[in-house]
Parts: sequence; structure tokens; C-alpha cells
Amino acid sequence: RLSVSRSASVMIRVCVLFTGKIMDQAMMVGAPVIGLNDSGGARIQEGVESLAGYADIFLRNVLASGVVPQISLIMGPCAGGAVYSPALTDFTFMVKDTSYLFITGPDVVKSVTNEDVTQEELGGAKTHTAVSGVAHRAFENDIDALLNLRDFFNFLPLSNRDPAPVTECQDPSDRLVPGLDTVVPFETTKAYDMLDIIQGVVDEREFFEIMPNYAKNIVVGFARMNGRTVGIVGNQPKVASGCLDINSSVKGARFVRFCDAFNIPIITFVDVPGFLPGTSQEYGGIIRHGAKLLFAFAEATVPKITIITRKAYGGAYDVMSSKHLRGDVNYAWPSAEVAVMGAKGAVQIIFRGKTNQAEQEAEYVEKFANPFPAAVRGFVDDIIVPSTTRKRICRDLEVLASKKQTNPWKKHANIPL
Amino acid sequence: ANRGEIACRVMKTCRKMGIKTVAVHSDVDANAVHVKMADEAVCVGPAPTNRSYLNMDAIMDAIRITGAQAVHPGYGFLSENKEFAKRLAAEDVVFVGPDTHAIHAMGDKIESKLLAKAAKVNVIPGFDGVVEVSYPVMIKASAGGGGKGMRIAWNDDETREGFRLSSQEAASSFGDDRLLIEKFVDNPRHIEIQVLADKHGNALWLNERECSIQRRNQKVVEEAPSTFLDPDTRRAMGEQAVQLAKAVKYSSAGTVEFLVDSKKNFYFLEMNTRLQVEHPITECITGLDLVQQMIRIAKGFPLVHRQEDIPINGWAIESRVYAEDPYKSFGLPSIGRLSQYQEPISLPNVRVDSGIQEGSDISIYYDPMISKLVTYGATRAEALQKMEDALDHYVIRGVTHNIPLLREIITNPRFISGDITTNFLPEEYPEGFTGHRLTPEGRRELLATAAALYISAQLRSQRFMGNLSNSVVFDIVMNTFFLLFQVEVDGGSVEVSGEWNLASALLPLSINGNPRVLQCLSRDATGQITLQYLGTQFKLRVLSRLAAKLTGHMPEKVPEDTSSILRSPMPGSVVAVSVKPGDMVAEGQEICVIEAMKMQNSLIAARAAKVKSVHCKAGETVGEGDLLVELE
Repeated sequence: RLSVSRSASVMIRVCVLFTGKIMDQAMMVGAPVIGLNDSGGARIQEGVESLAGYADIFLRNVLASGVVPQISLIMGPCAGGAVYSPALTDFTFMVKDTSYLFITGPDVVKSVTNEDVTQEELGGAKTHTAVSGVAHRAFENDIDALLNLRDFFNFLPLSNRDPAPVTECQDPSDRLVPGLDTVVPFETTKAYDMLDIIQGVVDEREFFEIMPNYAKNIVVGFARMNGRTVGIVGNQPKVASGCLDINSSVKGARFVRFCDAFNIPIITFVDVPGFLPGTSQEYGGIIRHGAKLLFAFAEATVPKITIITRKAYGGAYDVMSSKHLRGDVNYAWPSAEVAVMGAKGAVQIIFRGKTNQAEQEAEYVEKFANPFPAAVRGFVDDIIVPSTTRKRICRDLEVLASKKQTNPWKKHANIPL
Repeated sequence: ANRGEIACRVMKTCRKMGIKTVAVHSDVDANAVHVKMADEAVCVGPAPTNRSYLNMDAIMDAIRITGAQAVHPGYGFLSENKEFAKRLAAEDVVFVGPDTHAIHAMGDKIESKLLAKAAKVNVIPGFDGVVEVSYPVMIKASAGGGGKGMRIAWNDDETREGFRLSSQEAASSFGDDRLLIEKFVDNPRHIEIQVLADKHGNALWLNERECSIQRRNQKVVEEAPSTFLDPDTRRAMGEQAVQLAKAVKYSSAGTVEFLVDSKKNFYFLEMNTRLQVEHPITECITGLDLVQQMIRIAKGFPLVHRQEDIPINGWAIESRVYAEDPYKSFGLPSIGRLSQYQEPISLPNVRVDSGIQEGSDISIYYDPMISKLVTYGATRAEALQKMEDALDHYVIRGVTHNIPLLREIITNPRFISGDITTNFLPEEYPEGFTGHRLTPEGRRELLATAAALYISAQLRSQRFMGNLSNSVVFDIVMNTFFLLFQVEVDGGSVEVSGEWNLASALLPLSINGNPRVLQCLSRDATGQITLQYLGTQFKLRVLSRLAAKLTGHMPEKVPEDTSSILRSPMPGSVVAVSVKPGDMVAEGQEICVIEAMKMQNSLIAARAAKVKSVHCKAGETVGEGDLLVELE
């Protein structure tokens, strides 16, 4: 691992030469880059030279993207051009109460827009991990941040030429998880915590969640299965019924693309009632943003395993790593409902204005709101007892470890940004 | 007609006897263990007990649908409800318990005492309209049981307060708000006699159970036999219990509760006309299956045993494992999902009666009991040793539980000596329970274990595929399969060895050659480790020397000021809010009342202040830690 740090008091030109050399080397040997950032921005006295220096770093960030993992740890105030380097890296972590990220500080904001805002409100760890989604996680203090960074690093391969790391695993790969049999409530409208499922399935209940406070209706993060690093994506029924909206689609898409770039298998837990309807979503471009998640899952060539725990409705079903998007193994729990939409809405449309809707709803549930229509068509490989989920995923990962799949040659794909 | 642990217990015996079983359940219990265990199951209503498990109409319907021939009521709910027994009799369904006459006679605390007096049983001087009593007094729900609606008052104010809370609780738990007030006996022991009577006028006493360890008048640890009784007292109590049973023409299993003072005088307290929670310890020392006996009696068979057939074999101890926080008044209910759950049943002479499993929810609707942990030994010391082991091996994750308290009780020197009263907990822990107090030796062991655990996790994270070279040197001694750590702590050396399976919930270790079972509850990258050691959970942090030195330079975070805010100490529903914004409150004044698990808890102001805002209203459901009221 190579690490780069930028300090507020170092002359930019010298700094850039040094940083650039290290990053070039990192790319050559396939070593990850960790940046420890604390920078006030371009040094005004150095003029255009300092701007050139920034661009040199940006260029290297971009070239290294997808080649070696790049992580930024923000350990102090970062303003101006200095914030774009972290934004170009794969993960940005912050230190609570002592680190800030903003394009322009509170003073400039005050003079331009007459807004009164503190550093913390404008670009503190809370803002960026919960509101803007710029940072992926925040830690208590510098030491906590560094220790967590080390732990996080254990999940990642050194470069895109290396496989996902496999550590020694003491958690039996064939462990049954009896708690999963009762985790999904009987009432389809009742929420449960997807983290209960994820923690039950993975090694030692250890799950490193990425962006735990942003777009909480989707859960993403790293864990291990039988010692092997996996990326986990799950809808969170506890928040907004687990529906997909603009923020959750973007959060999920970026995570899926990282996993695909660095050979990390993706496990997807699906309980999604659909995309969030409404003007604010449509005006915000949910179509464009939702397409990103669809794009990311479809494009990914790493092993993809999907478990439908409950609802998989409509377009959102397709998006969530379905069989149709080259999912390798797709399971459904007995509580799964793979359908175009929920019973109530469907009956209201099909039998518009007719009476005895309750009866029609029951018929719909019987016909569509279960995993069988998907299973008989081969869109679901098996309907499994929930407590056996861990065992099956571990076994499938073993088989898929040697998976080889390539996309058609292209300069690069054109993801709907 | 019950749920949880006791429903499972009854079904186990039914299975042995070849009897098919039907479970009733509320909708939230549809996945419960007792439902899965039964041959058939019928849903009798929504979660609140008065609409499901107390809903006689629905239960009668369930009986008709399934064609059930008999009903075992368990304990609580309808077990001592004469109306229910009457309705069963009207439909020719057998009630596995005494007949309505005995339930009626013993169910009312006032009437039962009059009857006991008539049967020449020693009774406590009480407010039966005959005797004037002085403080302290005990306020009880007349129809009550299980400590619900029960309070002690030392003066007029407390009596008024207690009267109000108890009558509300009595009304919500038993649908009967009549109360009884009697003299409160100081330094008492709670000792009860198990009786068994058939429909042919035969009755037996099956020895005693000592249930003095209580908190808020609910039993926590029980044992059989009692360390306190000599054979003569035992016989005298047993014979009086049988006299009472015969006097009310009792049939089935029942329990006669006595208060015993330090002079071994005993007073009749009440008779429970049902199977008791703590019946397993009697089963352990007598070898009888009480449920089987109850079913036989209900069918009309005479008793097969005679009094001289009833032995006391060895010693049995029962710990009630509750989902509650023992650090808050010896146990306030907690709720949650059991994310991990392992009973110590692989150990010999350990019995666990439970009605839950990994993944079960402990909800606010029902009693928060997780299980009854029973250990058995030839001697009391052996049974206690087994209990220690069993508690150390018990894995419960996802809810707060009272194992720290249970383990402290059974290792308390005063408890071991047998010198206990019903005030044991407040006497031993006047400041409230604070967990295990570490000895210097214990602290060394704990620190050494945490360090060893941290290092083994660090070592493991360096052994990933393709990178097996290990350049970091740790000052430890290692052999092939077992990792042996030598840790220098406070100038002393501690040797810790074990298998270090970091995925297992249990850590069986050898510390300086002594076997110890610890549990690692959590462990993170920053060296924060939570260990359960001797029952109590300890939070530790392991840092390298450098990281520890640098931690001193980190900015300190200011904790939230809590004296001016009132948060809910437990999940439950708000029964009443006594203040509104702008009110002045005195220190100790009641602010609101939260009901959880059928217990009402009044929350008081921590200091005198003006109420700034109220964030809850009566009838609302609140979670643990929810903001209720803010003071200025």
C-alpha cells in the first residue's frame, strides 16, 4: 500500500511532483493509493502553477480509477480544488467534528449568497455522510479513522489484476441460520431489518457498511463469505419500504461498479416494491438515475448471486441483479413475490370500477404474488429454505470463483451520468 | 391455552404420552416455537393479550374447530380463571387443573385466607376486616399473581400512590381492580409447598421450593429443597398444605405459598391453583413429571404415589433468564430480536425450558422471560457450580438480559451460605446492581484475554491468501493448534490459551491453568472489545502503545446533558402524562407513567425545573431512549 498525504502548509509544486511520482508507481506495480487529506486549496501566491499541480493529481486519480483502489481519508479542512481529488477516488472517509469538505468556505458563501452557515453545517462529516452523499463514512477521531481504514483495507484486492482476497475463516461455511426462517413477517406491509439477514449470513456477523446514513433505503457494504470478500447490496424495507429512489440508485450503482472493477462478487438481497413515484422524483430524473443501477448490474461480469426475500415488483425487480441481467444464481425465499406489482394496485387497474375487489385480490395473490411463476420459467433457480442461505451462497461462490465473462470490446461504455 | 415456554413444556409431556396437541396463538406469535411444536395451531386474535390469549370466545371457538378434548391452561392468562373453567365444563371439555370451586375459593386472596384459617393453616395477620395493621403494609391485587399489581408501602403517601398504580395494573392484567392490604413481614423467606391431589380425595406434598430471591416481588432464582427447613418444619408445612388442599376438595397440581420468618414460623400466603413457573426444580428432586400427573388426575385416575414414595434426591436450582436490563432496578424489560441464541443444553444436568429460538422477537406484548435454566446436582454446591457453567455457556445476543445479575446472585457468599430473605437483592445491592466487581486478579485475567483476542484477530487478518509472510513480531509463545499467549499485565504474567475460534460465540479458555468460559460480544477494528466475564459484560479497548499515546491528543467529545431531558428507560406505551409545558415540577415528582410488559413504571423528574416541552401523549407507544419530556 502506498499512501499520500497532503498538508496545508506544504508548497504545492513540490507536493505535486512527489504525489504524482508515487501514484505513477502505484499504478505500475498495482498497489492501492490512500490519501490522507488536509488541504486549504490552491496556494494563491503560486498562481496558475498551483492549478496545474491540482490537475496533474486529478489526471492521475482518473487514470488510476479502476486500476488500483483509491481511498481518501479527510483529516482536516479541505477546500477549493483540493476537494476534487477525494471526489475522484473510490471511497472518501471523514473524521467527525474536525474535517470539512467544501468548494468554498463559509466566508465566501456569506459574501456571495449572504447565507450564514458554519463549517460543520456546510461541509462537516454529518453533512457529507447523511445529506450530500459525498463521503462514505465518518469516524470518531483520527486514530479511530486510521484503525478502521486498516480494517476496511483487508476487504480489498491490491489492484484490478488481483482476485478478491480470501482470509482464513473460522465461521463454518455450511452453518445454518435458523433466525432467517422467521425474519420476514407474515404481513407483506410490515417492515423488518435487512441488516438482520445480512449479518446472519456473512462470516462472523461482520459487515462493513458503506454510506450507512445516506439513502438508507438501500444497504451496501463489504463482508466475507467463507473468508472471501463479497460486496453486498440489499433493499432496506425498514426505510421507505425499501423502494428505489434517485439517491439509493446512485449509491447502489457506484458500489456495484466498484465491486465489478475489482473482482469482488456481488450478493444482492431483494425486497423492493418498485421505484418511488411522484413529481419530485420524476423532475429529479429518476429515470436517468435508476438507469445507472440497471446499467451497473447489467454490465458487471463478477459472480452475481441474488436472493429475493420478499417483494420483487416491476422494473425494480429487473434492476436488482435479476436473472435477465446475467445473474449467475438467483434464489427466492418462500416469502418471495415476483410480480409486476402488488395485489392491491394490480386489482385496481385490472378490474377498474368492479366490486368484490377483496376476492380478486386473493386470486391475484394466489396466481402472481409468490415465487412460482418466476421459478417455472427459470427466472429463479431455486426456492430455498431461508436458513440454508449461507450454505448455498458459500457453495455457489466456490463454483463461481473461476467465472470468466467479458463484455464486447468498446472504448468505454456510456453510462447515463 | 397458553404460549411460549409453558406451552412447549406441556406439549413435551403430551408427546411422551401420545396425546395430540393444539396450540393457540396471537397473530404476532404465528412463527413461535409453541406453534411449530403443536400438531395443530389456531390463531385466536391480535397481539394484545386481552384480545387473544385472554379472549375466551376465540379460545372456545378454537376448541370447537379442532375438537380438543382437554385444555391445559399453563400459568398466567386464563389458568386461574373460574369463568373459563366453567365454560369448558359446560362444553364437556376437560380443564387440566382444579375444578371451579377450588379456583374460586383460592383465587381470591381475601377469601382464601379465611378458608385457610378455617382449615387450621397458619395465616398472616391481615386486613381481612378483622385486624388493624401498622406500616409497612403490602398492597396486592385480590385476583392477582406473579407480582403484578403488588406494592409495598411504608407511609400514607406511598399507600395512596401504590393504591392507584396497583388498581390500574390489576384492572389491565386481571380485569378486576379489587385490592388487599396486609401486614408486611420483615426478613421473610418465601417458601412454597407443591401439592398434588386427585379426584378421589388423595393428596400429597412434594416438598418445598425456596423462592426468596425476588425483585419487585417477582421470583428470580429458586431452589429445591430449601437450605432453611429442617425435616420437622418441612413436614408441618407439607401437612398443612395438604389439609388446605383437602379442605377445598382440590384436585390437580397446586402450590401453597408460605412466608417463613427467621424463627421458622410460617404463615400461609396464598394458594396457586395452577402449575407454577418454577415446577421443574420439584420435578428434578422428586423425579415426577408434574404435567403428566396433572393430565392423569384430570382424566380421573387416582394418584399412584404415596407420601413415603416422595424423595428429595439431590438439589436443583432454577434461574429465570429474562430479557431485561439488570442495571435498572434489578431488571426493566428490554425488547428485540434474538440475533444469536444458544442454550447450554450440551452440558450435563442442565435443563432449559424455553419457548423461543434464534430469530424470535421479544415483544412488548408479553412477559419478557427468555427461559428457565435449571441445573441439578447431588449437592447444592454441585448444582451451583453447574449453574455457573451453564450461565457462562448461555449465548444470548440481540436483547439485554439478566445473566449478569443471575451469575452474581449464585456466586454471592451470602446466597451460598443460604442466609437469604425476600429482601436479598436490595440488601446486597443497596445502590442498585452494578455488575461484577473485578478483583485485581480478575482484572488481570480480563485484560490478558482482551489483549490475546485482539492479537489473534490481528494475526489472522495478516494470513490472507497470497500473503503468508509474517514480518510483525509479537511477544507471545505459540504451539501448533492451540495458541498460548503470555501477557504481561501490571507486572504479573498471565498465560491465556484456547482455540481462539473468532467466529464462535463462546471462548473456552484456560487462564493461568484455570478453565474459564468467556463470551466475546463484539469486537471492532479500533480495538473495542466487549467481553462477558463471570456473567458481567465489560467494555475494553486494546490499542498499540503508539495509538494509546496518540489517543491522548484527540479532542474530547462533549456528551449530551441528560439532567434536563427525560427519556423512556424501556420500550412500552405511555399510560399517563402528568405535566404540560410551563408546569413547575419538583425533584422526584411524577412526570409520566410508562407501561411495559403489564408493569406500570412512573418516571420522575431528576431535578426541580419548569417543563419546556412534552414529546409524548397517553396511549402512544415509545421505544427505549425516546425523548419524552424536556425540562428548562
